[in-house]
Order: sequence, then structure tokens, then C-alpha cells
Amino acid sequence: MKPTRVTNSIRALRFAHSEMTQAELARRIGMTRQTVIAIEQGRYSPSLETAFQIAAVLGVPLTDVFHYPAPLEENR
Amino acid sequence: MAVEEKRAWIMLVVTVIAYAGYVAVVLTAAGDGRLVDAPYVWAMIGTVSGAILLSTVLHIAVSLAARNDATRLDQRDREISRFGDHVGNSLVVIGAVAALVMAIVEWDHFWIANAVYLCFALSGVLGSMARIAAYRRGFPEW
Repeated sequence: MKPTRVTNSIRALRFAHSEMTQAELARRIGMTRQTVIAIEQGRYSPSLETAFQIAAVLGVPLTDVFHYPAPLEENR
Repeated sequence: MAVEEKRAWIMLVVTVIAYAGYVAVVLTAAGDGRLVDAPYVWAMIGTVSGAILLSTVLHIAVSLAARNDATRLDQRDREISRFGDHVGNSLVVIGAVAALVMAIVEWDHFWIANAVYLCFALSGVLGSMARIAAYRRGFPEW
């Protein structure tokens, strides 16, 4: 299985957002706490809709939550 | 550990124990005689029924022991479940094709039934292992 290159700042943003717990974030996006943990650790890539929900709950744009490295020069 | 991961472990362990028990019973019954003459039918029905009953009881026990919100399935659980089914189903197809070929060439019922049972057991084991691996190592495709 090809690993994702997408990284995220959910953990930092949760703390910046009144120290929101994983359980609270999970409740607000309709997921389980285990899934939030998996997303934070990069072990699961959520759907685009879930990604938008996470960004909306944390009150930031999607690109502040999820990051993708710039393409390598030789791939252009 | 997610409840669905515990259920995958239950499926894996129960399937292995049931199939190992079946093989032990049939080999013991065959003794020094021909394997195809061993009385396998009730051993097969017994171990399959026992495995279904035991896994059902354990699933209920795991659900009761879990917190209310932990028993809810979400998108990731459903994706991992589909992935496990996809991996396991390949062996069900192999078992069906093997049984078909054996029936066409008129092999003994013993071999046909056992080929199907083996593939069911392997399907359960592989599907469970795929689910456990997805929960533990991740399912990170975007």
C-alpha cells in the first residue's frame, strides 16, 4: 500500500483551539476517537468531506490543517 | 484498540482454533485408514457451528465491555471492513472454482467439502489479518 505524503497539524490546532480533546473533535465530525488518533498520526487519510469538517471545527482553512509537499523538480 | 479490531482478532483466533480442531478430529478418526473414509461431516458441521456461536458470544461480550461511543462504526471502520472482505473474498472464489473442478472430474465428496471449508477458513484468516494490519499499520491512502 502506497503511504500518503499528506501531513497534518491537527494536534497543534486542537491545542490552539481551547485544548480541544480528540474525543470532542471526533464527536463533532461524527467519527470515533480511534479514527481521529489515526488521522493525527498519518495512519489514515480521511475523505475530502471529513477533511473540510475538521478544518471547519478547528476554524481554519483546509490548507492550514493538511499539507502536501511541493513536487520534486525532477517530476515536473 | 478499536472494537472492530477486537472483532477481527476474534474472527482470526476462532477460525484458526475451529479449523485446527476439525483437522485434529478428522485425522484422529481416520487413524491408519484412508482419509476419505474418515467421518468428517459432523466434525465439519460441529466446528463451523461452534465457531459461529463462539464468535457471536465474544462479539457481544466485546460490545458490552466497550463504551457506548466506541461501538459506533465510522467511515474508517467501513473502509477497513471492505478492504478485509476484498482480501478474503479472493479465497472464497478460489474455493468455489476448486470445488467446481473437483465436481467435474468426480473427485470424492470428502475432497470437495474439505477444499471449500479450507478456503472459507483461509478467507476468514486472511481477511482478519488484513483488517488487523490496516488498523495497526494504517490505511493511509488518500
